[in-house]
Amino acid sequence: MSTATQPDLFAKVQANKERLDAHVREMVEWHFNPETGCPFWLNWAQEAGWDPRKEVTSYADLDKFGNFQDDELRGGPVRRWVPKGLAHRPVYVFETGGSTGIPKSRVQMDDFRIDYENFSETLPDEHFPKGADWLMLGPSGPRRLRLAVEHLAQHRGGIAFSVDLDPRWVIKLIKRGQLQEAELYKQHCIDQALTILRAHEVKCMFTTPKLLEALCEKVNLEKAGIKGVFCGGTEMTPQFHRFAVEELLGPNIYFAPTYGNTLMGLATHKAPEPEDNWAIIYYPPVPRAVLEVVDFDDATKVVDYGATGRVRLTTLTKETFIPRFLERDECEREAPCEQYPWDGVRNVRPFSRFQKSVVEGVY
Amino acid sequence: MLHLPILRYGKPYRSVDTATAVHYRTRKPYVEASQANVGLIRRDLMSQHEAAAILQGFTTKELIAMAAKASDYFLNHDLPLGETTQSPQEFVEAISATTGLPWVMVRRNMEKIAGVLASMETVLMGLTRLPSLDMLDSGVGDIDGRALSFFPRGDSMGVILPSNSPGVHSLWAPAIALKTPLILKPGSSEPWAPYRIIQAYVKAGVPAEVFGYYPTSHAGGGEILRGTGRGMLFGDVAAAKAWSGDPRIEIHGPGYSKIILADDGAASWEKYLDLMVDSVSNNSGRSCVNCSSIWTTGDSRKLAEALAERLAQIKPTAEDDPKAAIAPLANPDVAKRISAMVDSELDGGAEDLCAKVRGTARVAEYEGCTYLMPSVIHVSSKEHPMANREFGYPHVSVVHVEPHDLPECLGPTLVCTALTNDKQLHQRLLANPHIGRLNLGPISTMKISWDQPHEGNLFDHLYSRRAFQAVPELVG
Repeated sequence: MSTATQPDLFAKVQANKERLDAHVREMVEWHFNPETGCPFWLNWAQEAGWDPRKEVTSYADLDKFGNFQDDELRGGPVRRWVPKGLAHRPVYVFETGGSTGIPKSRVQMDDFRIDYENFSETLPDEHFPKGADWLMLGPSGPRRLRLAVEHLAQHRGGIAFSVDLDPRWVIKLIKRGQLQEAELYKQHCIDQALTILRAHEVKCMFTTPKLLEALCEKVNLEKAGIKGVFCGGTEMTPQFHRFAVEELLGPNIYFAPTYGNTLMGLATHKAPEPEDNWAIIYYPPVPRAVLEVVDFDDATKVVDYGATGRVRLTTLTKETFIPRFLERDECEREAPCEQYPWDGVRNVRPFSRFQKSVVEGVY
Repeated sequence: MLHLPILRYGKPYRSVDTATAVHYRTRKPYVEASQANVGLIRRDLMSQHEAAAILQGFTTKELIAMAAKASDYFLNHDLPLGETTQSPQEFVEAISATTGLPWVMVRRNMEKIAGVLASMETVLMGLTRLPSLDMLDSGVGDIDGRALSFFPRGDSMGVILPSNSPGVHSLWAPAIALKTPLILKPGSSEPWAPYRIIQAYVKAGVPAEVFGYYPTSHAGGGEILRGTGRGMLFGDVAAAKAWSGDPRIEIHGPGYSKIILADDGAASWEKYLDLMVDSVSNNSGRSCVNCSSIWTTGDSRKLAEALAERLAQIKPTAEDDPKAAIAPLANPDVAKRISAMVDSELDGGAEDLCAKVRGTARVAEYEGCTYLMPSVIHVSSKEHPMANREFGYPHVSVVHVEPHDLPECLGPTLVCTALTNDKQLHQRLLANPHIGRLNLGPISTMKISWDQPHEGNLFDHLYSRRAFQAVPELVG
């Protein structure tokens, strides 16, 4: 793999840094200008007593905001997040979480389209043919993914067929210990997918790791006509990556793992190389979103390349400004590469700091 | 470093995801085990019926003979271990390294497993109570002119194994002779014994394709239990509770094994002191058949003080000491947390007399290892929270109880040794549904008889009886 020590890559990394700093200045100007910013950030600046437009001139300066608290995104009025400069546009609201309590919301106009059009550029046409139809085997309802995948299919000239899938219900079942019910619900979703695959000529699909496994227990996707699978939504381990490529899909179906969420958009994976040993390496859509890996105990400190830390997200679009948001994930920091001359993340997984309990009984 | 692969119907598979078990003393990585992802397990379980068909091709006699050979291989021969081989002594040292068990205790457990394999015919006779084991091949027969038929309840048995002590493997090992493929999830600190049992069976002629060995996560273990026709779970209180409503799963949770002394037994408690010491401390208190509480209608304080005097003599020794009587905990933090939990429940009604006699703390360090030294908790009443608890070290509560409260006050009890000649109490104990194994008389709770299975009968778990009628010429 290319590393940041190569002179040409070093130049690219520097150029990207300058591009990112310029983008930060543009976004801060937009979000903190009383003519274009949203009520939340304009109020915030008033209370903070400093003007980001004057004091933020680079990406590094965003540290001055401290860590963004995601509770700010819960509840209404959601219009406090709509930038005045975009107030004339139709607004979508997408939710994340919400199996219990109030979900986090993100308002959007075009971001999901832009993110997925950019992502579309990374998909190989021979495996995701232009004009081909898609199966969207993922969450429905107030999820960004639902509309985003449909837009991706449309952007590439296809039509997306969707299933009904309520992930909040699944989480409730699991929390109640009703695992058999959860399994039945999963089969219900798979049945819908099988019906679509039987009734229509679908060549591409989005799904989550667990649903991909469950679908492949029922059908040989290559025989069903699938050429490319875009997978995301939950954690993928290197072993899952290998298992998906070697056993679920086989050599003729392209596997595109992604890491994303409603706040970020989606990070694309670097094409795997043997030395990666099936590690999944993602690069965020800089400058629209930046991922960093920070020290577990000091979130202002970015860890060294290869070291493990917590994922920190900064979202910088005209629709959404979220500086320094600590995700509930950890990973290793990955060096820039030719295709993506900025930091990436390796093997993202749930944040591992958990409480240990005493085991009662001899086991 | 040693690497243990997944065995997918006998075929080794090296996973990208691995987990490491450390040496209990050095805390350095000792062995790495491939970790199976949940989807891989699900996918493999789709073909478990093929493994079942393979075992159906053998007669029970052939499988019993193979088990006898496997016993010898397990105990005395070098066997494959990942890409290398393992001698019996290396096996002993490996289990000791990751669980802390002294060699002498590992060998005792090893002999227990080998004993079951060698005595498979006796074990199966005890489990099935059939006059002839040939009936296991035909699935039909008669006893005293009465027709009998049975059928397997599932294509395989999934077993979630513990890390505390290898003796428990003797419980599932007979499944092969009962023509049931095994899908095993080894304990994270004790991956050794199940792997070696599989290798011994394979060397003895059992096809490797009937064994699945899947080191995996908690979720992977759940998938094994959900995906196999029958299951067996060794787990703590929480794990046992999670699966308690599923009749397909035989649960081996905490044993809460007990000794009761009543009437004449309570009066002559001194003569049972050796038996009590053995029941509490054998195998370092790690077994579900270790006694965790003693209930007496006599003087509980005197009994507890005498027991504390004896158990306080137990001292940590080297792992290769043939007289080693206590094992260190593989994880020092666990020792500290358990001890803190015990302390948090001691009050005016519960006192650790062993700690008092010993004069030192329960958590002890010896040659870089952490031990939980024995506890004898004298408890003032049967209602006290410490009256009926179980921990994985020599820990026993001693409780005074009124005769009329026995045996109802005992609650679920895997093994109950009753030291009394009170015939009425015998009858009440015999009628009690919460006792898994009842020993009348001075029998250690640790003493197992293979033709007397407790905690579920493996044959009844794996097979079901059906009504059967046939005209004579069709059943020959």
